[in-house]
Amino acid sequence: MAEQIPLVDYLVLGDHPHLEANECTACGARFFDRRNACAACENPEFKKVDVATTGEVRAFTIVSFAAPGIPVPFVATVVDCDGTSVRANLINVAPDPEHVSLGMKVRLATEVIGTDDNGTEAVGFGFEPLGG
Amino acid sequence: MASASEELWILGIHMTKFGKHPDKDLVDLASEAVRGALADGGVTMKDIGIIGAGNLMMAMAPTGQMVQKQLGQTGIPVYNVSNACATGATALRVACMAVKAGETDMGLAFGVEKLAGAGLLAGGNRSSDSNTWTPHGRFGAVAAVDGRIGTETMPGVFAQIGMEYGHKYGGTSFELFAKISEKNHSHSTLNPLAAYTKKMSLDEIMNDVMIAYPNTRPMCSANCDGAAAAVVVSGSKLKTLSLEQQKRAVKISASILTTDPWEEACQILPNVNTLTRNAARQAYEQSGVAPSDLNLVELHDCFATAELVHYDNLMLCEEGGAADFFNSGATWRDGSTPVNVSGGLESKGHPIAATGIANIWEVATHLRGEAKDRQIEGAKIGLTHVIGLGSACGVHILEKAAA
Repeated sequence: MAEQIPLVDYLVLGDHPHLEANECTACGARFFDRRNACAACENPEFKKVDVATTGEVRAFTIVSFAAPGIPVPFVATVVDCDGTSVRANLINVAPDPEHVSLGMKVRLATEVIGTDDNGTEAVGFGFEPLGG
Repeated sequence: MASASEELWILGIHMTKFGKHPDKDLVDLASEAVRGALADGGVTMKDIGIIGAGNLMMAMAPTGQMVQKQLGQTGIPVYNVSNACATGATALRVACMAVKAGETDMGLAFGVEKLAGAGLLAGGNRSSDSNTWTPHGRFGAVAAVDGRIGTETMPGVFAQIGMEYGHKYGGTSFELFAKISEKNHSHSTLNPLAAYTKKMSLDEIMNDVMIAYPNTRPMCSANCDGAAAAVVVSGSKLKTLSLEQQKRAVKISASILTTDPWEEACQILPNVNTLTRNAARQAYEQSGVAPSDLNLVELHDCFATAELVHYDNLMLCEEGGAADFFNSGATWRDGSTPVNVSGGLESKGHPIAATGIANIWEVATHLRGEAKDRQIEGAKIGLTHVIGLGSACGVHILEKAAA
């Protein structure tokens, strides 16, 4: 099996792929980026926490015009994962308003987005319909 | 000299026609707006004590000084500002703050943009794609994330903002958002300065090119060239000017700029709601004006999906009631709270830095009773709103002179 690397460092690969957030040790605010301090309470200390791998579509759009190299149309969404909001694409679903709806239940899924010159696969993530 | 309790007034204001100006550069457009505003106010560069100069796409350039070099170098301080789509409002705030602080009794603000022919804005930073995966940036990304982890394109971001509102409160649909666009395109037919003045039917709007569902092309703000400028004067200085100047002056009853306070999800999908609501609340408090007092509103309809949420954020309707409010006809020009009688960003156009002063020009022109065919009869109080992602929100409340 080819070496794999996650598309972003907050995607944890392995047997149970999941997202990992930086949680403020003082107020519990969650972030996905490298932090200098907490935007809510200014505390500079964080711990890694696992984010729920299932959630509900809180907002979506079907993007028809995107940057060069991005296949369109695709569904961009914000998923509420048990109180933590996550930005992602919806995958493994037809990108049209008949198949995507607000409030639909989804789960995290990974997909290989490409292979580099060393043969390493980059693995991205999206959400797919639950029970789909 | 002005003091902290000083009133703020618009003495002169001007906007260029929005659209394509291939023969004019940034300085030409800004100069036209600035000379227009100075002439409108009956003053010259020699009367001005400070300049707030707004431009986004060429933000590294000393735009204010470039305009001074064409129109009058008087040695006064220039603040070149950029604040996304709130750049114009930010430039105006600079002039307002300087007058309010008593540093000068007259300030100038302008915003200018050359944007005709620009394509899709934001999104698409492809630079991190390389031959070997190497983590970059604050997400340790090995490839560009726009389009792979949601969208950073403006039509897509604002589409989700409208959809999120629908998810929370219900009542929205593709057709409802398209009807908002139908209203603004209809309004634009009366505005000779709008970039696009063509009436569009609901069918035409819904069947046009889909950009980011549910926003089709005519539901997106129109990239174009344009500039707008305003002269801000203190209340005490205004009293020393001619009766004609006093009569045409428009009172700035509130001038507010906010950023987004932290909330869950605000760094995932920009939250344009809370900072707008905060700005509106502060503006109503500062002015003593209630939403029901407003005779017209120019709000930031960068996309049809955005206009809907701002009915609610600006408290023009009950919380959660934006769809019903729109369906009642309230925001058409013959409704109870006309919104975007200029045609809005969807048809008047959105030369980014000019927008936050052009909307002040629109409201001021109605308050002066000079809006001709599209005049809202008897307009005495109006509100303007812009939002720049990042985020910054500018809200101004304007009132007709008592005289």
